[in-house]
Amino acid sequence: MVLIVADADSAVECIQDGATVLIGGFGTAGQPRELIDAVRRSAVRNLTVVSNNAGSGDTGLAALLAAGQVRKIVCSFPRQADSWVFDDLYRRGEIELELVPQGNLAERMRAAGAGIGAFFSPTGVGTLLAKGKELRRIDGRDYVLEYPIRGDIALVKAFRGDKVGNLVYRKTARNFGPVMATAANTTIVQVSEIVEAGMIDPETVVTPGIYVDRLVEVTPEANGADR
Amino acid sequence: MVAADIPVGAYVNLGIGLPTLVADHLDPSRRVILHTENGMLGMGPAAQGDDIDYDLVNAGKVPVTETPGASYFHHADSFAIMRGGHLDVCILGALQVSAAGDLANWHTGEPDAIPAVGGAMDLAIGAKGVYVMMNLFDKGGRSKMVGECTYPLTGLRCVNRVYTEYAVFIFDAEGVHVRETFGMSIDDLRDRTGLDLDPVPDSYAGR
Repeated sequence: MVLIVADADSAVECIQDGATVLIGGFGTAGQPRELIDAVRRSAVRNLTVVSNNAGSGDTGLAALLAAGQVRKIVCSFPRQADSWVFDDLYRRGEIELELVPQGNLAERMRAAGAGIGAFFSPTGVGTLLAKGKELRRIDGRDYVLEYPIRGDIALVKAFRGDKVGNLVYRKTARNFGPVMATAANTTIVQVSEIVEAGMIDPETVVTPGIYVDRLVEVTPEANGADR
Repeated sequence: MVAADIPVGAYVNLGIGLPTLVADHLDPSRRVILHTENGMLGMGPAAQGDDIDYDLVNAGKVPVTETPGASYFHHADSFAIMRGGHLDVCILGALQVSAAGDLANWHTGEPDAIPAVGGAMDLAIGAKGVYVMMNLFDKGGRSKMVGECTYPLTGLRCVNRVYTEYAVFIFDAEGVHVRETFGMSIDDLRDRTGLDLDPVPDSYAGR
């Protein structure tokens, strides 16, 4: 059952040192900025973060990295024009990087959420990123064995949630949110608005409430699209 | 020219960089539907002024617009669209393409380079037709069409066509052929690329 919490700081107080944290977003679209800032304030350390990118500018995920709270990042595209925080930590050897092709990253979390033990993917066959992994030829095509990525925690931004935790998202800010919400032991979601149960058309629910453990409303400005 | 080669009604993914330019040359009457890896079909042109919405961006994180009939979906579904062979064409940039159709476009392999792969490997093996757009020669004048890629690979034998400023190359089981040239003869191309190039055979039935 979803717990509705008063603010982002209370929402993240269950996160412990050493946790694996799935963080939604594609760049800043869908990045749960308020929750990330609360994690930074909580001062938990030694985190493994799974996210498509490795932060941009000096805010959000980049600020969490800069605070030295992240030991390892699992992502597909760390390098960006403004990823100087990550770039610097990586070049100094102060953060570990596991680079995963974007589709395998999404599917590995989908597998975790769906109870799949592992899967064979055609992506990455014959490349550096499949090195040391088991290969299998199936119907004449080569595949590489990929294992699930499960989080202790998922931090997700959605647009609107209801009091039983059903979620809808907004445009391309949806990205990894619905997948990560299924793949963690505890899924924490920030939304612009929490409405009564029944106010979201059941036909349009994207993430059913069963996947949501903690829900926090932040101001639409804080939850809105930012750069 | 690349835009004109895309089949009518095709579902197409445009990679970051040079391929993004194709969007500006698509004739609306051809009804091409653009896919973006971050969860959208029916992507429209770049957003201007009041239409800019940072919840609506393309793979390069640039604000874009939606066209009538657009749809949104999450990342696992978006990559199922790629990997599942549902896209007709993807258009990618490249560092090198080999005579066998191997693609290298994600990493220079230099010691201080920060590797980033994004969706390149999924696209390279997923779309029915993989088209590369690139300059034929790098800044040092070396051919980017090569016998064997020296940069780390993105995908094996995955490229169907390469569009360059001097020639269009197509690939089949036999290897690479020249479909047309622009201001360079096939002999010149053989000389500059070091590849054993021939015109497209009559038997060609590739994509």
